[in-house]
Amino acid sequence: MEAMVAVMIAVLVGTGVYLVLRARTFPVILGITLLSYGVNLFVFISGRLALDQPPIVGAGPSTDPLPQALVLTAIVIGFAMTAFLVVLALRGQGETGTDHVDGKRDDGGEA
Amino acid sequence: MEHLIIAPILIPAFAGMLLLLEVRERQPLRRFTGMLSVLALLPVAWALFQQAAGGEIQVYRLGDWAAPFGIVLVLDKLSALMVLLCTVLAVPALLYACRADDKRGANFHALFQLQLMGINGAFLTGDLFNLFVFFEVLLIASYGLALHGRGPARVRAGIHYVVLNLIGSALFLVALGLVYGTTGTLNMADFAVKVNQLDGGALELARVAGLLMWVVFGLKAALFPLYFWLPATYANATAGVAALFAIMTKVGVYAVARVYGLAFEQGALAGLGRDALWIMALLTLLLASIGVLGARRLGEMVAYMVVMSVGTLMAGLAWSSPESFGAMLYYLIHTTLVSGGLFLLADLVARGRGKLGDQLVAGPAPTGRAGLGLLFFVGAVAVIGLPPLSGFMGKVALLQTVPAPLYWLFLLGGGLLALVGLSRAGSTLFWRATGDGARRRLDRPRLLATVLLLAAAPALAIWAEPVLEATVAVAAQWAQPQLYIDAVLGGGA
Repeated sequence: MEAMVAVMIAVLVGTGVYLVLRARTFPVILGITLLSYGVNLFVFISGRLALDQPPIVGAGPSTDPLPQALVLTAIVIGFAMTAFLVVLALRGQGETGTDHVDGKRDDGGEA
Repeated sequence: MEHLIIAPILIPAFAGMLLLLEVRERQPLRRFTGMLSVLALLPVAWALFQQAAGGEIQVYRLGDWAAPFGIVLVLDKLSALMVLLCTVLAVPALLYACRADDKRGANFHALFQLQLMGINGAFLTGDLFNLFVFFEVLLIASYGLALHGRGPARVRAGIHYVVLNLIGSALFLVALGLVYGTTGTLNMADFAVKVNQLDGGALELARVAGLLMWVVFGLKAALFPLYFWLPATYANATAGVAALFAIMTKVGVYAVARVYGLAFEQGALAGLGRDALWIMALLTLLLASIGVLGARRLGEMVAYMVVMSVGTLMAGLAWSSPESFGAMLYYLIHTTLVSGGLFLLADLVARGRGKLGDQLVAGPAPTGRAGLGLLFFVGAVAVIGLPPLSGFMGKVALLQTVPAPLYWLFLLGGGLLALVGLSRAGSTLFWRATGDGARRRLDRPRLLATVLLLAAAPALAIWAEPVLEATVAVAAQWAQPQLYIDAVLGGGA
């Protein structure tokens, strides 16, 4: 179970980092999305993995409810930021005429 | 006045929401609401500063949940000073923006208030996850403000700024996950206690969490090698916004100071990442002073001066003696206000030169050449650190309290390079100019806002002694984290 979650996070973060380093805005946005998925999962398991347990601390074995609340906050914030970035990328496309992150045109000139 | 501590967050929050409701674009009403909010913040911030100066650390438990279970706001001398500084900066910045710049986008005033809310919240919170949330509040407002007014240069700089900060937020979340996973708490005071009870693998994980936080705060503060976003973003932002952003880098410096002072000053992970911060600070100083020389626009030059100040401050912090911290706080007040004023001045010059803007090439003289030249001279003398203005006092205090030859070399060398850069800029803009400038008069409120901020330089020099005494008192409290921990965990636990 731990190994599976660890591999999952690693794959998400790895692909995310690769895509963030691309030169076009769309792959960068996808990369940020994947990165935040990986990070959200990481925060989620910071209360340890426990299957089929009630989220109540105290009586017997339980699963920690706090990281679930934290990750909810993180998901909402991440979602809003990604939406903003999509709009910004579209605006960049409109204003500079290219989707290159540095605003460079395909012929190498400055926009 | 136990509830006053939450006012610096609630006032701009309410003002921001009211401004969002105002959909009929009545600009005077918006300006009035915005100004009312920042002017109301002034006495509040001053009262809080006075309260904190008594020496007692005030803890405000939201929802009356006992720490470490609930979220707390904590008012100690350091946070009170930062809130006051932010408010003092916000008034002229908003005054300047109210003249015309706020009309270029729909929600300028709402974003400005939310930005203030985020900054004040980050200064007051005593909870790490809450710090993350306030970071996001101030960031998303800053995205909107940085892009305010359109233009390809802004959008291009904006994409870099947003993407970098989103990655920074992801790293911050990883750090928070590690903090919670190892210590089971997110309360700063509780974390400072629990981190000393760790051993073995858990301690190493906490070390990773701490170092990740330095990376995130270093990105906010624009520390080498994470400063490349700053000059483009700041130089392209609207003047009033750029002036307000002068305190954004200091949020990063504050966050490092807070977490380092509480958890890593002593104990199991004492001195965590201190050497790295020290080296990065010196490299920041070096590269920023080269940047000042190479800048092609006045706004860009001031932005590099901001980066330089971050290097200066971070080195004073990394030296981590109470004395150097006190000197660093004095320099922080000086640099925030003066660089804010210089951003406004750069915009005034750009407005008076027509198409050339603030590019550093000889051309027609700006409107009001004599007055602006004088202001530029005052601002430059202050920001470089020449006597008799506040920069000099700050640098002397730092040199006295950080007796490291390397720091002396970088600080004084950087000052020399900045002197060369700014003299060249000043003579190009004001002396090699042709004609006496357009016959229009300078806009009075804009000029007033600029003068207000730059007046901090002589004022801080004249009242250097009381201000330094106050910052040294702040530093003395900062150096005793046990006071903070007892205040948060002692009451009601």
